[in-house]
Amino acid sequence: VTGPRFRRLRMGAGHRLDAKASGVMVLGIGHGNKLLTDLHNCHLSKVYTVGGLFGKATDDFSDTGKLVEKTTFDHITREKLERILAVIQGTNHKALLMHSNIDMKTQEAYEMAVKGLIRPMGKSPPIITAIRCLQFVLPEFQLEIHCLHETQQYLRKIVHEIGLELKSSAVCTQVRRIRDGVFTLDDALLRTHWNLQSIQNAIWDCQLKVKREIEKTLG
Amino acid sequence: MAVWARQLARGWCLLARACAPEVPHRLKSHSSKTRTCHVFCPLALLHFRNRFFPWKVQTCRPLSAEHCAQPDSSKDGSLASPESHLPAQVNQKQEKAETIPDVHANVLYEDWDDIPPSSALEEISEEEAVKIIAEPLLPFQSSTLRDYVDHSETLTKLVHLGIFDLSQVEKRQKAGQLLLTLDFEKDIRKVLLFLKDVGVEDNQLGSFLTKNPYILGEDLEALETRVAYLKSKKFGKAEIAQMVSRAPYLLLFSVERLDNRLGFFKNELGLSVTKTKDLVIRLPRLLTGKLEPVKENIQVCQIELGFQRNEIQHIVFKTPKILTSSKKKLRKTFDYLHNVMGIPHSMLTRFPQVFNSKLLRIKERHLFLKFLGRAQYDPVQPSYISLHQLVSLPDEVFCTEIAKASMQDFEKFLKTL
Repeated sequence: VTGPRFRRLRMGAGHRLDAKASGVMVLGIGHGNKLLTDLHNCHLSKVYTVGGLFGKATDDFSDTGKLVEKTTFDHITREKLERILAVIQGTNHKALLMHSNIDMKTQEAYEMAVKGLIRPMGKSPPIITAIRCLQFVLPEFQLEIHCLHETQQYLRKIVHEIGLELKSSAVCTQVRRIRDGVFTLDDALLRTHWNLQSIQNAIWDCQLKVKREIEKTLG
Repeated sequence: MAVWARQLARGWCLLARACAPEVPHRLKSHSSKTRTCHVFCPLALLHFRNRFFPWKVQTCRPLSAEHCAQPDSSKDGSLASPESHLPAQVNQKQEKAETIPDVHANVLYEDWDDIPPSSALEEISEEEAVKIIAEPLLPFQSSTLRDYVDHSETLTKLVHLGIFDLSQVEKRQKAGQLLLTLDFEKDIRKVLLFLKDVGVEDNQLGSFLTKNPYILGEDLEALETRVAYLKSKKFGKAEIAQMVSRAPYLLLFSVERLDNRLGFFKNELGLSVTKTKDLVIRLPRLLTGKLEPVKENIQVCQIELGFQRNEIQHIVFKTPKILTSSKKKLRKTFDYLHNVMGIPHSMLTRFPQVFNSKLLRIKERHLFLKFLGRAQYDPVQPSYISLHQLVSLPDEVFCTEIAKASMQDFEKFLKTL
């Protein structure tokens, strides 16, 4: 007697990716859904590659929206961009310390900060932990952003604000998640690999990583 | 209902085998004489000779005629001819069954206070009660054919033929009812033999009938005229067989309708007769589908995509599927091919199969080739890549031959999109 092997699968999705973004998205199957909630409570950071374009401004901050204004961008250089990025990183770091609810005057806090383990373990607004520029070819540029509790629209807004700070304007052309907690692009399955065998292999490979991370964080 | 009960009580008939249509259930709900309810039912059957109950009956007379021939079968469901029904089943009380209708006719108009010859209210002894078997009811109205499959010969024989997917058949409107009302021996057999004559293979019959069960209800002469019409238009026998098996609804259309449609395609596309015939043989769905979407597709090709009339003819002749594909997909694919990849109309006319393929595939492969610097679609220049190869090759061959890269590189590139 033959028939489909799995008839009904309960699947849950990890952190969402909206329609215009691409990249790593974590799905849980069956009992894995419980691990999903644990992973969410770990509050691990995600890494995005964000591509931007100087000279235009649209209403929804992406390149497919309605054009609002056009500006010049010849005056922008890489140093200016990096200066702005440093400012952003500084303000976000302050917010990070504030939301993580650790008393800054203790020795423990200092040691954790040295190791880079401070993070907000509860709800917080979007925080960028690290941001740097990967490519800069006028008018295009590419940033790598490590962040927590964000949405893709927030990232696009950041690009827009960078444009404003540089006395020009910018739109976001691409948002791509390269890492979600412990899952990277190498673990991700392509559309051509969406079959049972590959999924089973992927689950097997990632099991150990996930377990270790959850134990480390939640104790 | 209480009136009934009294009238039935007059004609007394204690039958050994009781067939139980819905009546006893209704009586149960209305009358208090529950223990003798199942005795009422044969009386109820007799009663129906005089009164026609307009319940919607899914199984009908021909079935009951069959059942009479099989007295040992305990099937029932026919309420239309109780007298022929009952004698077959009830052996003991046969003479009584025949006399009782006459008695009953007289009894109907008598005074209600007459004492019945033998009251149905008499206690039945235990053995006789056990012998009265209450059959599970055949519902009068049902949304699935499953209830009838066991009882209906037509359905069982059709299943044997190979239509295992009765669930699809019953989804179509009224097909289920049609199947049940037809008699296998008379109507269906003739139609099946006709289909075999036309050239439908045995193993295809099953899927054919699943898609088009209405053909079993068609008149045989009408079907033959239609095939004769197709032959007169010089479609060969093998071609007709192929068309009919691929488009099961074809033979349902009347001759004028078929004529109209052939004429429509000839005029709209401006093709010669032989070419139109060829087109129709390759995609007989054109004849059975709606005409407005086809017209709109042609308009889209002409106005929005900017193809000339002869270009459209050529494209349609090569890939008739373009007439039935969705307009949104056509527009998107064309937009990407023409504006982003920069392919002129002449190239698209030569390779119309790109319109049939998935847009995502085209995008991925084109971006990969652009990344490698090999996106060259102009036949004049060196290292030219034909659209045909772009679209129809499987992934591995595409990677190694056209892109001259490995599969892993392609996958890594895809992950960066």
